[in-house]
Amino acid sequence: MGGYILRRLVSAVPVLIGITVIVFVIMALIPGDPATAILGSYATPENVERLNRHLGLDRPLWQQYFVWVGNLLQGDFGRSFALNRPVLDEILDRFGATLVLAGTAFVLCSVVGIVAGTVSAARQYGFADKAITAAVILGISVPSFFLGMMMILLFAVHLRWLPVSGMYSMFGGGDLADLARHLAMPAIALSLVATGVVARLTRGAMLEVLRQDFIRTARAKGVGEGRVIWAHALRAAMVSVIPVLGIQAGFVLSGAVYIEIVFQWPGVGRMLVDAILRRDILLVQGGVVFIAACYVGFNIVVDVAQAWLDPRIKT
Amino acid sequence: MTLFLRLLFRNRLAGFGAVVLGAIVVLAVLTPVLPLHPPNATDTANRFLRPLSEGHWLGTDHLGRDLLSRLLWGTRLSLAVGFAAAVIAAVLGAAIGIVAGYAGGRTDNVTMRGVDMLMAFPYILLALAIVAVLGPGLMNALIAVAVVNIPFFARNIRGVTVSLAHREFVDAARLSGLGHIRILTTEVLPNVVPVIVIAMSTTIGWMILETAGLSFLGLGSQPPQADLGSMLGEARGALITAPHTSVVPGVMILLIVMSINLLGDGVRDALDPRLRSGALARPMPATLVDRPAPPPPTGDGLLRIEGLRTDFRMGKRTGRAVGGVDLALAPGECVGLIGESGSGKSVTALSVMGLVPSPPGVISGGAVRLRGEDLVGAPYARLRALRGNKVAYIFQDPLSTLHPLYTIGEQLAEAIRVHHPVSRADAHARAVQLLDDVRIPNAARRAGAFPHELSGGMRQRVGIAMALANDPDIIIADEPTTALDVTVQAQVLRLLDDLRRSRGLAIVFITHDFGVVAQLCDRVAVMYAGRIVEEGPTEAILAAPAHPYTARLIACVPELGGGRRRLEAIPGLPPAVDALPPGCAFAPRCDRARDACRAGEIALEGATRRVRCLFPVAPPEAAR
Amino acid sequence: MTLALKTEGLACAFPVGKRLIGPPRALLHAVHSTDLRVHTGETLGIVGESGCGKSTLARMLVGLQPPTGGRIEIEGAALDRADPAAFGRRIQYVFQDPVSSLNPRKTIRQILEVPLRHLHGMGRAARAARIDEIFAAVNLRPEFLDRYPHEFSGGQAQRIGIARALAAAARILILDEPVSALDVSVQAQVLNLLADLKAEFGLTYIFISHDLAVVEAVSDRIAVLYFGAVVEEGPATRVFATPRHPYTRLLADSAPQVGRPLGGEGAGELPDPLDPPPGCAFAGRCARATERCTTQTPRLRALEEDHLAACHHPL
Repeated sequence: MGGYILRRLVSAVPVLIGITVIVFVIMALIPGDPATAILGSYATPENVERLNRHLGLDRPLWQQYFVWVGNLLQGDFGRSFALNRPVLDEILDRFGATLVLAGTAFVLCSVVGIVAGTVSAARQYGFADKAITAAVILGISVPSFFLGMMMILLFAVHLRWLPVSGMYSMFGGGDLADLARHLAMPAIALSLVATGVVARLTRGAMLEVLRQDFIRTARAKGVGEGRVIWAHALRAAMVSVIPVLGIQAGFVLSGAVYIEIVFQWPGVGRMLVDAILRRDILLVQGGVVFIAACYVGFNIVVDVAQAWLDPRIKT
Repeated sequence: MTLFLRLLFRNRLAGFGAVVLGAIVVLAVLTPVLPLHPPNATDTANRFLRPLSEGHWLGTDHLGRDLLSRLLWGTRLSLAVGFAAAVIAAVLGAAIGIVAGYAGGRTDNVTMRGVDMLMAFPYILLALAIVAVLGPGLMNALIAVAVVNIPFFARNIRGVTVSLAHREFVDAARLSGLGHIRILTTEVLPNVVPVIVIAMSTTIGWMILETAGLSFLGLGSQPPQADLGSMLGEARGALITAPHTSVVPGVMILLIVMSINLLGDGVRDALDPRLRSGALARPMPATLVDRPAPPPPTGDGLLRIEGLRTDFRMGKRTGRAVGGVDLALAPGECVGLIGESGSGKSVTALSVMGLVPSPPGVISGGAVRLRGEDLVGAPYARLRALRGNKVAYIFQDPLSTLHPLYTIGEQLAEAIRVHHPVSRADAHARAVQLLDDVRIPNAARRAGAFPHELSGGMRQRVGIAMALANDPDIIIADEPTTALDVTVQAQVLRLLDDLRRSRGLAIVFITHDFGVVAQLCDRVAVMYAGRIVEEGPTEAILAAPAHPYTARLIACVPELGGGRRRLEAIPGLPPAVDALPPGCAFAPRCDRARDACRAGEIALEGATRRVRCLFPVAPPEAAR
Repeated sequence: MTLALKTEGLACAFPVGKRLIGPPRALLHAVHSTDLRVHTGETLGIVGESGCGKSTLARMLVGLQPPTGGRIEIEGAALDRADPAAFGRRIQYVFQDPVSSLNPRKTIRQILEVPLRHLHGMGRAARAARIDEIFAAVNLRPEFLDRYPHEFSGGQAQRIGIARALAAAARILILDEPVSALDVSVQAQVLNLLADLKAEFGLTYIFISHDLAVVEAVSDRIAVLYFGAVVEEGPATRVFATPRHPYTRLLADSAPQVGRPLGGEGAGELPDPLDPPPGCAFAGRCARATERCTTQTPRLRALEEDHLAACHHPL
């Protein structure tokens, strides 16, 4: 197992290099001159040139890339001109909020999705199956931002059960209960699509597995139906569910961008959209690389979980 | 094509989706000619009019623009953009996937690493980055969504292509003189197209959501032009005061995406040959029973199968897999059940413990009596208590019949623990002992191995050990050595034979091989088209078969040492189980058949040797 | 008698654990250097258990698998590996799985037309006439021509596979387990058909199977393969009746036969192909093995004029 983890970590290095290259190339393609953007259109050419030299933008592209990556490795993501503070500080400040939101949504979608999918498959064509299938179709068809807005209308405006937006109350809040109250709606709205996808996939995988010969073997041994479903079949089905959980983590992170805007959640998603609209390139660049790197790390965890589950992978 | 449409509309939800989507598309197409307000004409005096207002059915937005008009124009835009993005992503992604999958080797490796690289981004990061480069705008959002989805298509299609490229018909085409381009276009592509269509129909809704999302963020369509996403984005500011401006576009997105998803699922089900036949039904814990009344017991003994009938009910068709089988098993006896594929031998064996998959299997008549207790229709809890305890099974392919993710020790221990309240450690010790009993070297160490780490012969020994776990009275072995090589088969057969003698096991041995039956079984029953046609002591039947089918089947099998020769063949094919002829099922292939054979039911007659034939080859009396 | 097919030192090794750059981690020798000679009009049977390399050998003979060593001569001329059509006109292949060797989306007529058009450049009318001839030769009704493969039983599909091989008009056919997917009553039909076709068209067969009795019944000579190498070769009447190699003896004794007691005294299985033992690959299972067998690889040598075995201590 240790060897596998090590191999998997090593294989992430080229992916990370690829990510920085892709991000760097995309950002280099952005039309316009960062110095002009920073200094405004009334800047004198001398000032622009001085700033360009200061930022290293007068060097060839490949040199700029290495300088940039070198800085990244030292934790220097550059400075956001619009916020006038280091990019990394801004990202770290906001990443926690996103992590809380996306993490909660991810746990929700995994647990609820897998349980619902398994129940659905075990009761194929029964009432539970039909109800879950209908909920899944609805769940994967509704835009999360629209769902969030409707939840605000219902639970915050009409019923006044939950706060409209934000992460903590302006006054007196700040404890875990307050966070939970603020987190409930965005996390559910964010997890719904992924829950639907996971449930649907789990159902399909379970139906596939339940037809396998080894399930018949388990039954022929006299294993009870509960154990057949929740131990034998689900364990085998997880082999195809886990990789999808990795992909869904990406979708949850993506959906967080919308949800953070709808619920005024102080996370990196909102920061990125604002940065794009303000053309704050270093912040976009840093944010994208940071999140992508975290996602790569998460996928390593997923792969390791997969290898732990399925001994056939390691060999 | 008509078959496709019929299958599609058989799924009522898909039909519903098609109707809703059809209506929306028609409206969107007709929008320019409908008598609507201009979508961008502002009228600030009449802002935020409620739905059903005079002249504005759906009310107006924050600039007093007519919502209905904007909704239809926006729908038009969203549909067009989503569809275009899906087509672009599907075409480019499929092209990359097909080329990489077919070329294989380094091309495949490099391409797929690139694709993996793109997939290492949560999709919206990439989309945001692309929009950041190109600037906000609907066209740019379309490009971003298409590009972001290319890797999904490429990966999916590549997987399908790789499996197709290794199929034998591609090899055959190569040997028929086709070049790579021709093989790709005439052999591979027609088989990939349905997959592309499925992938597209299940993702197009998603693409519409994504473009709407970018517009919602203000990165897609720019004012005054509006698609559904930007309508929703603009309405967000007035969510609390004028919720209808948000609800209208939101519900429309929901309707579009939902109808597309329903339709897409229908398309997938109609195109996937496995789903088409309804094969993805989950087998129930025990076979369904639908029989008039159990027949009266005809005698006693360890196991009596009496008049057993098992059907496969698929829609309107009913296949009679087992059509009235009588078979008795005495303690310590080994009975061979022999027949060709489709003869019903395995279904008979699985019916004993209710292991025939339902749907489609249904036991529709007869009884299975274990020491006088009828198992057909017994409560599930009773069946479960007997399974693996009194009656155990050994199956054909030991790789697929063992759970791939549990060690063999765990699987053996489980077999013990479901029937006996022993501790984990005791069960494990017993499991190791069982492995030792079936002559697996290094049993203690091998108990920690997973099935894929063992050879075929070793795996089948594990299968046997599992059957022995609770000292059953009866073992039902369903072609246990068919998947093995001859030298290994001989070892496994010898093991089974030794075990049966040392433990006094009764065995029902299912096979298609007369050689195996001759070496192992005391008695043999020959099955054809769901019924036993001949039964009796093995030696007597092999020496002088009475039923013409038995006689000719034995003659078909070449024997080692016979030298080069022409073989006897039986012309024709066995009848399909849902179209059995009246009378003797073998009559159409039999050269002794007369009119009487085709007329009516023929009984299985005799005492120690029984035969179901009006004109047997050798009179059974002679052999008695 | 002329030689229809000759191989010299034909060998194939697969790289295992491929890396993006650099040599693979290990080589798996599927087929060791093999010399075969097949005379025109003869049937050479090749028997062996799974993993003995018989399918790899067959695929090399028709050019579907590039050999890593040695050469193939057909009717006195070395084969050009670059041109699959060159193989196609001289040597054809009948696949084990009759259904998967037919493209599910083509009619039988479309499948049979391909070799006529691309190997022989025949016109439309000539093709139609030739297809009717071939179809009659394999005893199938002409109305089957416009149906799709899934409408046929295994035996019928195998006849279609044979018809396709005949359409290429090659004089040598490689039959790779052509009847092992079929039931015995149908198996006999197909074997008899093959015998008739051979007589009618003057074909040469290489018949590969794991079923000793079938191979013996159809072959003139038999080669026994073990662990990627020919261990015994001789006339069909003698190879199993008086085997010279202990492995052939074990095979013959293991085959279940009516009127013979159970075999299966021998223990052991194939050695690990990634870590082959030195010397004779069968030594570990052989009662006659001496120290010489575990150090020195036996070469295939003639014990009688036409009976060869690769054994230091032949029976």
